[in-house]
Amino acid sequence: MAVIETKNLTYTYPGGTKPSITDISIKIEKGEFVLITGPSGCGKTTLCRCFNGLIPHFYQGELKGEISVVELKVTEHPTYEMAAHVGLVFQNPENQLFALSVEKDVAFGLENLGVSREEMRKRVDVALNLTGMYDLRERSPYEVSGGQQQRVAIAAVLAMQPEVIVLDEPTSFLDPLSARKIFEVIYELNKKLGITVVLVEHRLDLTAKYADRIIIMDEGKVAADGETRKVLTTEEVRLIGVGIPKATLLYQMLRKDGIKLDNAVPLSSDEMANLLREAFKTGD
Amino acid sequence: MIEVQDVYFTYPNGVEALKGISLTVKKGEFVAIMGQNGAGKTTLVKHFNGLLKPSKGRVLVDGTETTKVSVATLARNVGFVFQNPDHQLFSETVEQEISFALKNFGFKENVIEKRVTWALNLLGLTQYEKTSPFMLSGGERKRVALASILAWDPTTLILDEPTIGQDHQQKEKLRQFILQMQTQEKTIIIVTHDVEFVAECNPRIMLMRDGKIVADGEGKEILTNPEVLSEASIVLPQIAEIFMQLSDTGLPRNVIDIYKAREILLKTLEKNPK
Amino acid sequence: MSVFDGLKFRKVYSPIHNLDPRIKFVYVCVIFVAAIIFGEILPLAALFMIQVPFVVLAGVKREWLRSLRGAVFLAAIIFLTNFIVSFITAGYTVIAGNVESAAALTLRFVVLVESFSVFFLTTSPDHLGLALEQTHVPYEFSFAFTTAVRFVPVLAEEAQTIMDAQKARGLELEKGNLLKRIRNYIPVLIPLIVSAIRRSLELAEAMESRAWGATKKRTNLYVLKMRRGDFVLMGITIGILAAAIYTRLYVTIPTFTQLLEGVF
Repeated sequence: MAVIETKNLTYTYPGGTKPSITDISIKIEKGEFVLITGPSGCGKTTLCRCFNGLIPHFYQGELKGEISVVELKVTEHPTYEMAAHVGLVFQNPENQLFALSVEKDVAFGLENLGVSREEMRKRVDVALNLTGMYDLRERSPYEVSGGQQQRVAIAAVLAMQPEVIVLDEPTSFLDPLSARKIFEVIYELNKKLGITVVLVEHRLDLTAKYADRIIIMDEGKVAADGETRKVLTTEEVRLIGVGIPKATLLYQMLRKDGIKLDNAVPLSSDEMANLLREAFKTGD
Repeated sequence: MIEVQDVYFTYPNGVEALKGISLTVKKGEFVAIMGQNGAGKTTLVKHFNGLLKPSKGRVLVDGTETTKVSVATLARNVGFVFQNPDHQLFSETVEQEISFALKNFGFKENVIEKRVTWALNLLGLTQYEKTSPFMLSGGERKRVALASILAWDPTTLILDEPTIGQDHQQKEKLRQFILQMQTQEKTIIIVTHDVEFVAECNPRIMLMRDGKIVADGEGKEILTNPEVLSEASIVLPQIAEIFMQLSDTGLPRNVIDIYKAREILLKTLEKNPK
Repeated sequence: MSVFDGLKFRKVYSPIHNLDPRIKFVYVCVIFVAAIIFGEILPLAALFMIQVPFVVLAGVKREWLRSLRGAVFLAAIIFLTNFIVSFITAGYTVIAGNVESAAALTLRFVVLVESFSVFFLTTSPDHLGLALEQTHVPYEFSFAFTTAVRFVPVLAEEAQTIMDAQKARGLELEKGNLLKRIRNYIPVLIPLIVSAIRRSLELAEAMESRAWGATKKRTNLYVLKMRRGDFVLMGITIGILAAAIYTRLYVTIPTFTQLLEGVF
């Protein structure tokens, strides 16, 4: 079952002269971990907003084509209905937390949905534990770090038990170590709980290794869509100007230079180091 | 030249952000100040243009103690580009935005006109001269902010987290831009935690942790030293990570540049032909 | 930033802080009513003294004294106005009784201000927000309140950053006459406002994405329950009200001067 499916999706912001996304047709299956990337302005943020109905309900504008998420036609269901199935985590951790304590923020969505207090308490605690924020649950958002705030935002979305979590550049404001922690949390959620993850990111060096599949966008269109290892080694993608992981680039360079390395494109330093080790061995 | 002499700084709320910092940045140097959020990096650089004055110790900019002059006077030579351009933009047109500082510093009308044109050109913003800065995209607003600082041609440029939210190509342009500024012998100080970007620039690196400087040296050496990096909660750049994992095979450890890496590996692998 | 420091509620845990804010509010209202009923200095002094154990128990002595200091200026004006008027109407003579009533009116003002001060010093914004929610104030209002409080420190920090950014471009905020100084704040105000608008947009997106508006019957993670301490306070409050009414109706209150005469 496709958890997200779009057909020729085209959207123009109100007052915009041309569409921000054009003819997007993608299918995301349940349990996948999909990475979406592309240069600034390519439309990836716009696409994210379509997944939970912010487009078209909140942003208005002109939406053409079809989009269904968990088999619901997004245009026919208000955002608050979609919110129970699709969680959206945004770039700025500060502007996603409104309550005066961490756990109240995590409960916000459930309160809106009218969930009973007992059930809410359970779900909030589970979400806090999954993101490692249980011990800080009574702190105010101002007192915790950016990385911790972002984990609270993820917990807040998790508590609603969505089938899909979409994250739009969630680590932009975080240092690499905090970013790594966030990605590990997301990866766990995907692997352990089977939650479909759609991650929009620039930092492929930190994230490419988690994704089964990558979608490259450029100027509002899908430029590439497929298995991460295959897509990142195409010339086309290099020309678009995406930040390919250095390990992958080095691999390609050495292969071009005639060095025999195994046919397994590396996405991380570990994988590349192993490939090189193998190459050294056979050389001896 | 910037001299920091045993500086301590405590915020009004009691947090001691700098605990005995001493350093010198010579004219024309390119320095990256790195460290975890909260290590004191931004606090430190705010002393360079007098926004903050030390609680103990002295800061001298080109021989003048920062406590003796106003921020405006120091700013004349030390340009500070803040992380979020939206904290600066307020004018009706890009042109007005860029001339703001020039007017503050008392430049004459005709000079202002020339400088504005120059700055617009330098950052590829000429077509936006009469546009409202609020109508521009995020990346364009960042360039307007940068242009508005460069316009008065400060000898020192401080960039606070310039790579946040930037895509690969924008970072590459930024790197080129810094190189260009270096040829003009400007002193450049960037505050960042983007290791990959720093690895590509290979500046002098100062690592900070808990208000102290824990390492100060050549980019290549610092970014390939895992003990030092972990103390400052910085991750290794990917190339350095690869070489660190292969350190037992006799390969050199201090490699951060991808082209250097390729060179070394080609030599090593061609030594053992298959 | 000291103005905002006062609003940054300090997380102190004392028996007073844990009391149900609704009961505390009723208590404050009763003090208010009692203060209005009396124009004589002795009962007003008594009302003032009643605050003190609360202040001590709550551990907010310093802040309370600070707010007292703030009220001194206005209090002095009230005293002087009343005194001067009565002085003139009495034919430019000082009558002890008039001094006393002026003092009493001043004290009434102080009691009113201080009881509210105690309330705000001992009630966290979350508690207040929760109380608002539970007293069936429309959720939009209590949400607006808690969100505003949550962002006060954030906005304060941002204002400081913006000022720094503009100072670093040669803006001098302290120079010039009044008109120039006001104009100098435009480069600070505009980014602040624009940023606030952007922030609101992002917050709205986040709210919508967490099912804002899904049902009219919102539930709540927390619930305010009345506990022993609250019933005790309720009892005290009723007691004060009863005592005040009784005293007003049946007891002749001596003036301070009469008391002094009695003693000497």
